[in-house]
Amino acid sequence: MKISLTEVEYVARLARIRLNEEEKARFLKELNSILDYMDLLSEVDTTDVSPTTHTQHITNALREDIKRASQSIKDTLANAPAKADGAFIVPGIIE
Amino acid sequence: MLDLARNFRMGNISPLDITEKILEAIRHDPLNAYITVDETGAKNAAKKAGEKIRKENNNPLLGVPVAIKDNICIKQMATTCASNILSSFVPTYDAHVVEKLKKMGAVIVGKTNMDEFAMGSTTNTSNIGTSKNPWDLGKTPGGSSGGSAAAVAAGLCAAALGSDTGGSIRQPASFCGITGLKPTYGSVSRFGLVAFASSLDQIGPMAGSARDVAVLYDAIKGYDPKDSTSVDIGYLPTTLDGLDMQGVRLGVPKAFFGEGLSTNVKKAVKDGIAVFKELGAKIIAIDLPNIKYGVAVYYIVATAEASSNLARYDGVRYGLREKGADDLIDMYMDTRAKGFGIEVKRRIMLGTYALSAGYYDQYYKKASKVRTLVIEDFVKAFDVCDIIIGPTTPTPAFGLYDMADDPLSLYLLDLYTIPANLTGGPALSIPCGFTKEGLPIGMQLMAPAFKEDILLGAGITFQDHTGFHEKRPQWNMM
Repeated sequence: MKISLTEVEYVARLARIRLNEEEKARFLKELNSILDYMDLLSEVDTTDVSPTTHTQHITNALREDIKRASQSIKDTLANAPAKADGAFIVPGIIE
Repeated sequence: MLDLARNFRMGNISPLDITEKILEAIRHDPLNAYITVDETGAKNAAKKAGEKIRKENNNPLLGVPVAIKDNICIKQMATTCASNILSSFVPTYDAHVVEKLKKMGAVIVGKTNMDEFAMGSTTNTSNIGTSKNPWDLGKTPGGSSGGSAAAVAAGLCAAALGSDTGGSIRQPASFCGITGLKPTYGSVSRFGLVAFASSLDQIGPMAGSARDVAVLYDAIKGYDPKDSTSVDIGYLPTTLDGLDMQGVRLGVPKAFFGEGLSTNVKKAVKDGIAVFKELGAKIIAIDLPNIKYGVAVYYIVATAEASSNLARYDGVRYGLREKGADDLIDMYMDTRAKGFGIEVKRRIMLGTYALSAGYYDQYYKKASKVRTLVIEDFVKAFDVCDIIIGPTTPTPAFGLYDMADDPLSLYLLDLYTIPANLTGGPALSIPCGFTKEGLPIGMQLMAPAFKEDILLGAGITFQDHTGFHEKRPQWNMM
């Protein structure tokens, strides 16, 4: 077993997804089977090979540092599930 | 699409006529190809286009009904990614590609069905249910751009946009008997495309022929400063005359004809290669030794990137929020539990694991290194050939829910399409035959980065000498 039930629960917490018992059991089985397959990569010698992050060699695609308008507050909040006074409303963070 | 543009100019049909015909057909669509249909917007755009037809003689997109995959933003039109978490999301801006199509006067019919967040190869994971294959309603259209492929094949639009992260344009194009292009990474702006795996995602055209695909590709390609991965090179229009195949070197990888390839696909693709040979192409056997690691590399890299990209669906700024929790973290966890489907959860879990402390080197870093080796294989191969050719998929379209319970088996079917996403190069799927049962078979052509002209040229030449792309499915709007 590559991954235990405790680890499935830990990863779900990291991913901020509440899993029910059925999903936990299902992912325990499926993730183990997928991770077993990924073992295939361990046979490849990758000494001195650098990792690929992007396929085109673009670095620092920055625009000129000039002030310009961005999306309006109205548009930014247009899809908010809860909003008031030009701000997003979220459950309390500080006691 | 080009035929339609010609007919507009000859006065045989107007953009409004064809748009109304398509809208009527969509009302009785048994394929479940669309998530959202914009009747009013489409009719208005068609009317406007009709008034301009006489003035704009050289605009092949004017008045042409197109469909857009539901992960590409259109202002004031729901963009759901076929997910409950985005079912209420209405973008306040157009994706760059949509802006371009609107400027050219294309008629946007609506948004097509897909696998949730483009994660899948059947459209089964869509929150509105699967789409069906117009060649056989019991078969999958493929995915994730399955709605776009089915709509094009059935005539429910003249052409469509899809997105391709591991084969999501080419595999459904192959299953539905149409032509689809995954362009070079960086050649089409992704501004307004909902991100899945950012080092792999690419928007691309899907249509009935390589010429139509070329025209649509020309319409959407180009540098866009709003996408930091957009490449700023001089983009030239694609020649629509076809490529002279005399002396063109076609590389045939052994690895693409091995175990798992069904005999009917193998035969159709070999016959397709023979067509090119008769036209003067040179066939060269090539070796891609690291290709067998492609699926493993892909499902680590893609899920890792997805786990990061999909962190934004937190119930705060847009989309679903599950009520009841008084704690922020609980609100996140409840919202994501309710909003995401099982395949999206599975991939987020896998990606989160691959990036987590203690496993990062073993999975993500290792996969990124093997990806480098796959890229090097292709660089070497393109030293000795101009185009790499093989099947798009190991099998023709399979039954609607055949693969529902076995994620790994489904992932393994992506082995031929994944490499072009890992390398960033362009890849084209064109129809090259049919099974005895009448299901279409696709052939894939790959070229070095920014060599779309060679691929499309070869596709056009192939289609000028064959008729596979002209055959219509059992279910179509006519």
